[in-house]
This record gives sequence, structure tokens and C-alpha cells, in this order.
Amino acid sequence: MNRRELLKMIALTTGTAMIGGKSLLAFSDTGRTRHLFSSRDVERMSELAETILPRTETPGAKDAGVGEFMALFVSDCYTPSEREVFYFGLAQLEARSRAAYESDFMALSSDQRLALITELDREAKAHAQRLSRREQPTPAEALTAETQTAQNQTADTQSSLNHTDSEASLPHYFTMMKQLTLFGFFTSEVGATEVLRYEAVPGRYDGCATYQGEPAWAT
Amino acid sequence: MSDNHYDAIVVGSGISGGWAAKELTEKGLKVLLLERGRNIEHVKDYHNAHKEAWDYPHRNEPTQEMIAEYPVLKRDYPLNEATLGMWADEQANPYVEEKRFDWFRGYHLGGRSLLWGRQSYRFSPMDFEANQREGIAIDWPIRYEDLAPWYDYVERFAGISGTREGLDILPDGEFLPPIPLNCVEQEVAKRIESAFGGQRHLIHSRVANITQPKPEQNRVNCQYRNKCWLGCPYGAYFSTQSATLPAAVATGNLTLRPFSIVSQVLYDKDRQRARGVEVIDAETHDVHEYTADVVFLNASTFNTTWILMNSATDVWEGGLGSSSGELGHNVMDHHFRCGASGDVEGYLDKYYFGRRPAGFYIPRFRNVGDEQRSYVRGFGYQGAASRQGWDREIAELNIGADLKQALSQPGGWTIGMTGFGEMLPDHDNRIALNHSVRDQWGLPVLSINVELKQNEHAMRRDMVQDAIDLLEAAGVKNVKGDVGDYAPGMGIHEMGTARMGRDPTTSVLNRHNQVWDAPNVFVTDGACMTSSSCVNPSLTYMALTARAVDYAVEELKRGNLS
Repeated sequence: MNRRELLKMIALTTGTAMIGGKSLLAFSDTGRTRHLFSSRDVERMSELAETILPRTETPGAKDAGVGEFMALFVSDCYTPSEREVFYFGLAQLEARSRAAYESDFMALSSDQRLALITELDREAKAHAQRLSRREQPTPAEALTAETQTAQNQTADTQSSLNHTDSEASLPHYFTMMKQLTLFGFFTSEVGATEVLRYEAVPGRYDGCATYQGEPAWAT
Repeated sequence: MSDNHYDAIVVGSGISGGWAAKELTEKGLKVLLLERGRNIEHVKDYHNAHKEAWDYPHRNEPTQEMIAEYPVLKRDYPLNEATLGMWADEQANPYVEEKRFDWFRGYHLGGRSLLWGRQSYRFSPMDFEANQREGIAIDWPIRYEDLAPWYDYVERFAGISGTREGLDILPDGEFLPPIPLNCVEQEVAKRIESAFGGQRHLIHSRVANITQPKPEQNRVNCQYRNKCWLGCPYGAYFSTQSATLPAAVATGNLTLRPFSIVSQVLYDKDRQRARGVEVIDAETHDVHEYTADVVFLNASTFNTTWILMNSATDVWEGGLGSSSGELGHNVMDHHFRCGASGDVEGYLDKYYFGRRPAGFYIPRFRNVGDEQRSYVRGFGYQGAASRQGWDREIAELNIGADLKQALSQPGGWTIGMTGFGEMLPDHDNRIALNHSVRDQWGLPVLSINVELKQNEHAMRRDMVQDAIDLLEAAGVKNVKGDVGDYAPGMGIHEMGTARMGRDPTTSVLNRHNQVWDAPNVFVTDGACMTSSSCVNPSLTYMALTARAVDYAVEELKRGNLS
């Protein structure tokens, strides 16, 4: 699967395009391997991810190191304003936890955590639907816009290329968290080889293989 | 004879340059192959070839730092962790966009032969005749029959997998067994065949991935990893490194010089011949002269024309080949990302094994025969069917063990395709030297001014609607039209700017790819194209190159090039 297909698919899952990567702002320290989050934050992210994809008879998000991955991805791949939304989301986890259960997020029972996150998921999906209604043109609209863009193009085309992430188009923080959980988990070695199936060197192609309930291919 | 003299110089080591080097050396000429970027050794330098998704810190997604360094590449999928460093450094190699133009360049040995889509189709007889029939631009100086034996020749060596279909619109070639269609694609093919009365066809894509080993080339057949872009350790897809370079090296006639930026063709105005090229060492900035009896320019479409524009400017202000008034003009690409996708019911007891570097192809069916749409020319579709994976939406499941369980199983079948449309040659679509912006070697950069015109915009409406109609006629459900982001260049099929023709006042090259004003200079990369067809162009560059070398060597023997 190429990147474009991946983004499209993830957009389907979470109602928004893969977040990360549309800004010209960058980190100045090259070769970054450390992220911007405290170990306490990473624990929160791990717990959150484990609630979304728990360990069962197969490994879960913690086994795949999803919390660490999330921290690194947000630090390196998100734009500053996307990162702001994510930080706000981590703070919201605590605030919502306190408001509903008078408890730290980490101290919630698993039932409470499941209930809280289910609620956040519902809010995030509603937010994503509002965004997609506003942002996704029909093919006919897209083709008309394409023709007009070509006609109106000036030498200053760069500005239109680097679309800035306006407040209105930013995704819900929980969309970010869920997306990174799914992406981080299923592209990890544990997720791809122990929950899904992966064959490094297939050696042949069979386009009409019989399927009898095996796990999906990782890629 | 000085150390700096060769029988032939080839500028550029990508698909066409590799072919030129192979053919010239095999015919006994001492050849200097110049590459502006670094060397990449086959297999040894494919550092990521055995990495998996989880070996990349950001799982192959671009970081903000990468995005800042690659303001053009970031516009599409090529910016990723796996192929980072395989595309030209945009900071060191600037260009000016008068209009948006996505120029994705490979500045290293092998060029974009390491990073190509490998779809390999012949132009049809109609493609070579369309300009003349419709009164567009100028006539090609050759016909399909001129190139057919050379298509045969390059297909046999490169190794193209595919099926013979007997279609006028997409001539058959010398194919290896195809990479199979999966069972859903086979069924959709049958339904399309019957729904459109045998006038539209879904066939195997034809790709330069070998399905049988080529031991004489030390190449192993495709292992179905679908990791071509990381460099194939099996040599299963055609690239300079896997195929043409080893053949050239084996002759003992090849000298390879990486980090060699050709700044101009050295022109002898008394003899009206090139006497060689000037090279700037990319690392030391030292300037060298190399002389030769014949020069092949294969620096990639725009850079080949850049070299011509920067050559013989004391004779022609606009450079070598500019006497035609067409040098730099008639830029073409293939416009794409207009298509459709949908769901296929059933087949839940079927899956696949292995990852194909291929899919299906639907050859052009518009404006064929007597049909006249509101636009001229046409488009073909590339696509595939597959079962959905973990990245699908499961509306009724939100979080928890049930979600994990459901996503660990394959979903239903989906099918999607995108059209690749022909772009007409238009004099106004052009590149030019921009002397106010210079790179680190003090060389002027290119300004690019290209846009889609009315014909392409009209065609794109059909590209979406026809895709919807094809899928719906095949019983596909929930069919959605799809228009993705496209800007000229994104097809990575730059063509034109030094076209072939019959008349030196309207073309840069003659029917043998010789520059009219310097017959010992040959241009056989995408710059030479007089029209673009709608099929992927690389196979045609290979055939044109082999044909031109054959002619060049004969002309050398006859003494006509000195």
C-alpha cells in the first residue's frame, strides 16, 4: 500500500486524514530520537492506547510500545498547532476524568476508563463528521475548482500550496490519539506479526487463495 | 589522444542513459558515462531493502524536518522515510515555479530507474499519427513500424511481464508470463468485457518486473515483496543497476564518472559538431573538459534541455537547438488522480498470498474509431482489487477487544482505479533558464511555466465518470468518483522541450534523435517526445535510445558525424 492509500484508509477509520505533516515549521535539531513528553505523559498515552486495543489472547497496545511511538510521532511529525491540540487533549483526559469520576485518569478502573474513552470517541466522530461535511467536495466540485485554479494561477503559487492548518479544520484530539494507536499498533512488529500476518519474502503470488479465517495480512 | 577523449559520452545514467551506455559499449565504443549525483552500487547500497515498517522510527511517515527540507516532494507520497535521500536535495538544487510544478528528481546513479512505476506499454500506431491527423503541434517524424522492432529488442532484454491481448490500441510485445490478476479482478474483467460488448478491457498490467529468472543477467524473478523502491536485492525489476549497467561494464568499454554535472555541450561552430562536454565536479567544483565523437544527452527531460539551453550560446542566444524556436517548449506530463472506487460483494472465502508490484490496466477506449468526445486523445486506467485491512472503518465498533479482533481479520473486497490521461503539447507550456537564481555551482536554474489546458480539463470529467460507469457496470457497489490533488509534474512523466520532427524550423531533433544543429548530439530521453500518448513513457525511451544508438554507430562508421 502506498502512502496515499494509507492516508485515505486511515481517513475512513477515524473520519479524518492522517494527521501530521503540512507545515513549513520544523525542528532545528536534526537526528532527533527523543520526544517532547514526560514519562508520566507516556504512561497516560500507553494506558489510553491499551484501552483502545487491549491485550487479549493476542498482544495489546502496551506490548507494541504504542505510547512511546505516539510521543515520538507527535513530537516529530505533527505541526505546532496539531501538537497544541494533542497537549490540550492530554490535559482534557485528566479534566474529564476528574469531572466524571473525581479521579486521575491513571487511577480509573478499567470500566470507568472504557466509559470515558467511549464517550470521547463519540465526540470525536461527531467532530470529524462536521469537518468532512464542510471539507469534502464532490468530484464535480473538485473538477470545477481545479479548472478555476488553473485559470487563476499566478507566479505566487507557493502560498496556495502550503495550506495552513486553520483552527476550524483541526481534528478532535481523540481522533489523533485513536489514529496513532491503530497506526502505531498495526505497523509495529508485534501488531504486524502476532496479531496480523506478515510474510517478509512471499516468493510467489496467488490471487485466488482459499481463505479460512486466518488473520489479515499486515500489508 | 588525450586521457579525456572517448568515442562517446552519455550524460545521465537513468533509464535512457543506461540503455545508451549499454548499446554504445556493446558496439565497441569507448564510453564515458556521466552522472551528476553519487554512485549507488547494485544491492550493496540498497540500505533499506530488507527493512520492515517497524524499522522506521516514524513508520515511513515524513517528519516536519523532512517536510521543511523537501518543500516540493512533500506534496505527494515520495516523501517518506524509506526512500529519503533517493530524491534530489531540494535545497542544493532549486528551481522556480512560475506556476506550480511538482518536479521529483533522482540525482544519483540510476536516476529514477530505481524509483519508477515500471508500467511498460507500447505507444500505438494511432499515437504517432494523432498530431498530424488533428493538426496539433507537429507530426512525429516516425511511425509505429519504425519503432516496433526496437520495442521487441528492449522488451526482451528488460523483461516485461504481461499478456498478449491483440488490441490495436495497445500493441502486444515480447512478454514474460504476467503477474496474475486476483480472482475479483478476473471476475470484474469478465463483467466489463460483457457489459461493453468487448469494447473495453481490463487486462494484466505490463510491468518491468521479471516473472522468470534471467540468469544471463544475474537477475532473480520477482519475490512479491512489493518493495521495489527500496532497490531490489534480487534485481527483479529493470533498473540501470540491475540490467543495463552490468551489461555495459561487462564490455570493458565503460568509464563511469559520478558527481559530474554537465554544464554545457562544447560546440565547434566551424564543424557544426559537438566536440565534447564541460563538466563541473559536484564535490570540488573543478571544471573539466571531455571530448568525444558523439554525445548522448539523457539527463532527464528538463535537465537535458537545460544543458542544450546553456550550450553554444555564442552562436544562438537561446542555446543549442533553439534555432527552431521550440527548445524548452511543449512540456507534457500525464495527468491523473481522476478515477473511482467501490466495494465488491462476496468472495469472502478468497484471499491472496504475496504482494504484487502490479495490478490491472484498462487500455484507452475513448476517441477510438469514429467516436468524437468534446476533447481529443484519451486515457487508460491503472488499478487493483484487494481486501480491506486494519485501516478500514468499522462503524459499529469503537474501541476495545472487539475492535482489535475485527481489525485483525480481513475486510471485504474493494476495487479502485485512476486514469492516466494524455496531455497535449502546447507551445505555452515551457521551461526557461532563470539567470537571476543560481545554484551552488553558479549555474542558472530552470523556471517552469506549465498548466493543464482545456483539453485536459474536459478529459478529466470523463476520467471520473467513465471509471464510475465501468465499476457500476461490473456490479461494484458504493462506487464513488475520486478526484485527487494533481499538479503538472506529479505524474513524474515529464516529456517534450526538445521534440523530434521533420523540419528544423519547428523541431529540435530529427527522426533519428539528432539535434538538427549538431548531428553528433543525440537526445533520447523524455525531452525528445513530440506527443505523450496516455501510456507510461519509459519503454518508449528505451526503444528510441536503442534505435538512435544503432543509427549513430552506423553514421560514425560512414564518417558522417565527424
